Amino acid sequence: MRISYREAMRLALREALESDPRVFLMGEDVGRYGGTYAVSKGFYDEFGPERIRDTPLSELGFVGAGIGAALGGMRPVVEIMTVNFSLLALDQIVNSAALLHHMSGGQVSVPLVIRMATGAGRQLAAQHSHSLENWYAHIPGLRVLAPATIVDARGMLAPALADPDPVVIFEHAQLYNMEDELPDDWSCDIERAAIRRPGSQASIIAYGGSVPKALDAADALARDGIDVEVVDLRVLRPLDVATIAESVGRTHRAVVVDEGWRSGSLAAEVVARIVEHCFYELDAPPARVCSEEVPIPYAKHMEDAALPQVPKIVAAAREVLNV
Amino acid sequence: MFDFMLPSLGADMDEGKLIEWKVKPGDAVRKGQVVAIVDTSKAAVDVEIWQDGTVFELLVEPGETIPVGTALATLLGPGESPPEKGTPRRGAAAGGAAGETARLRISPAARKRAEALGVALADLKGTGPGGAVTLADVEAAAAKAGARTPPELPKGPAAATDKAAEMRRAIAAAMSRSKREIPHYYLLETIPMARAQQWLAQANEGRPITERLLMAVLQLKAVALALAKFPEMNGFFRDGGFEAVKAAHIGVAISLRQGGLIAPALHDVADKPLDRLMRELTDLVKRTRAGSLRSSEMSDPTITVTNLGEQGVESVMGVIYPPQVALVGFGRLAPRPWIDGDALVAMPAVTASLAADHRVSDGHRGALFLAELRERLQQPQDL
Repeated sequence: MRISYREAMRLALREALESDPRVFLMGEDVGRYGGTYAVSKGFYDEFGPERIRDTPLSELGFVGAGIGAALGGMRPVVEIMTVNFSLLALDQIVNSAALLHHMSGGQVSVPLVIRMATGAGRQLAAQHSHSLENWYAHIPGLRVLAPATIVDARGMLAPALADPDPVVIFEHAQLYNMEDELPDDWSCDIERAAIRRPGSQASIIAYGGSVPKALDAADALARDGIDVEVVDLRVLRPLDVATIAESVGRTHRAVVVDEGWRSGSLAAEVVARIVEHCFYELDAPPARVCSEEVPIPYAKHMEDAALPQVPKIVAAAREVLNV
Repeated sequence: MFDFMLPSLGADMDEGKLIEWKVKPGDAVRKGQVVAIVDTSKAAVDVEIWQDGTVFELLVEPGETIPVGTALATLLGPGESPPEKGTPRRGAAAGGAAGETARLRISPAARKRAEALGVALADLKGTGPGGAVTLADVEAAAAKAGARTPPELPKGPAAATDKAAEMRRAIAAAMSRSKREIPHYYLLETIPMARAQQWLAQANEGRPITERLLMAVLQLKAVALALAKFPEMNGFFRDGGFEAVKAAHIGVAISLRQGGLIAPALHDVADKPLDRLMRELTDLVKRTRAGSLRSSEMSDPTITVTNLGEQGVESVMGVIYPPQVALVGFGRLAPRPWIDGDALVAMPAVTASLAADHRVSDGHRGALFLAELRERLQQPQDL
């Protein structure tokens, strides 16, 4: 079955709502409007206003409500329109959701799933386009996921809901229209990184919206006879260092692609892990392809120029290979 | 900022393998402090630094074999602050005489592979980013050098054999150079030792065995005192000229059980009492045989004294250890027929020899030196 990333997400949500009465969806415009990215289109009529709840424009409030519901035994899925807006809810996510299990000495858990859109590329300007995944990947107590394929979009929600602790899922806004074949077995873990394309000369390590770009770059390089591997992080916290180290240990070269800004980025963390774990296997300094350190511009040509793009990834791979 | 370069720890040393750093960037170091351990063909040597400063950057990694004169580290002088980031490092060796001193750009993986394949880093050409040596470069170099299995890490008897062979080569090089370059002349003098022997017996009376003096110490001290009047025997012949050294740092030839010899310095022999010299000599012999010498002990000797008397030989005609200019040898100390006045007596005596560099001194001065040595040994109480 060939479906879009959006449909895969919708299938996952529907399955959760159908199979577990404790699951409900809450967020801005998720109900009557059908979701900012139309993931929950039709759910309001199908599941009713009790389970598909529109909220006021108050991230701090409705994320807090989601935490309370989770503490009370529900399995809430809270949708935040973009990661930019999630900053309003940082206190609830960082100081409550991530901490309560610890602060209560293990007496309570917060089985909350927070979904949010992230990333640029749709001319939505600086307040809707940033990639702040690394802010959350920094926090102990959270699990952070970045589905980048149809399978992960379909399969990650169920284990996220089954996790007794809070899970943040980042859906890159440019992926929603991506289509691919959904295999019969789409179940997946939320532990491991995945090698999306095996290769021998360098490892391109990416996540979320950068994964398709990394794969395109690998195709372009292959046309010139350069064989690179593409690793999809999938889980941004905790990082699957074993897979990264295994790949780089084999290819001896790494290019990390991250739509976040370079300074203090997740890419920086990945490079640090590579150096810590594979120093003696490295045949060139690891390279990073990140967003330019500017607010993401509105103008199309400037937005394109600010983001990691296939030619930049190709150039970085050629640089570490010196070819 | 100044460079700390691998010193030559003897004429027979042209490279060394860094075993271990004893300091790290940021450490303050004092003149004379041991900063690294370097393996030479003869021994693992504690290398001392000869300037106060603060370690700025270590340029060579343990395991690397580097030629003498290679910058091992850069240091900041007292009160000097670190250079601005991006300031190019000052070139290390003036005139580039010591060869390539910039740090080799090589990837960690390539370095590891090179070691496994036994590829010499110095021979590699880099094709990686910024001209760095990559895995492919190492493998290409290894293929060019012919298919070789990675050498086993040296261990056991094989390593000992290698070490012995290495030392043999080193001695061969130094001695060949000596005989090629130094016009030796030789003088012999038989020295009566009755007084010295008597004095020594008395001095050792009542001493526990471990504190007893050996005749060798009296001989060393006598040589050192005699040198005071003969500066042309004590120092180095370098770059076509002689540099006299005031202090008598006597290289004591010490044979090693596994073969070969080392002649490390006993420092300032003229200025130290016999007891102290005895302790230091004991320590020096022990450390030489254990292979833990300091770099100054390797590079400082201004003259060598060799004593083969215990092996029973009458006398020894030594080969000068360049860049030194003289070597004093002692043979067996034994009673010999001696004319004392009109009487024929049995006199304990030793044959002392001088091998000296004719570029620096002449036989006349050499003879006077041996006479002075003889007189010194007649006044053991003044030693």
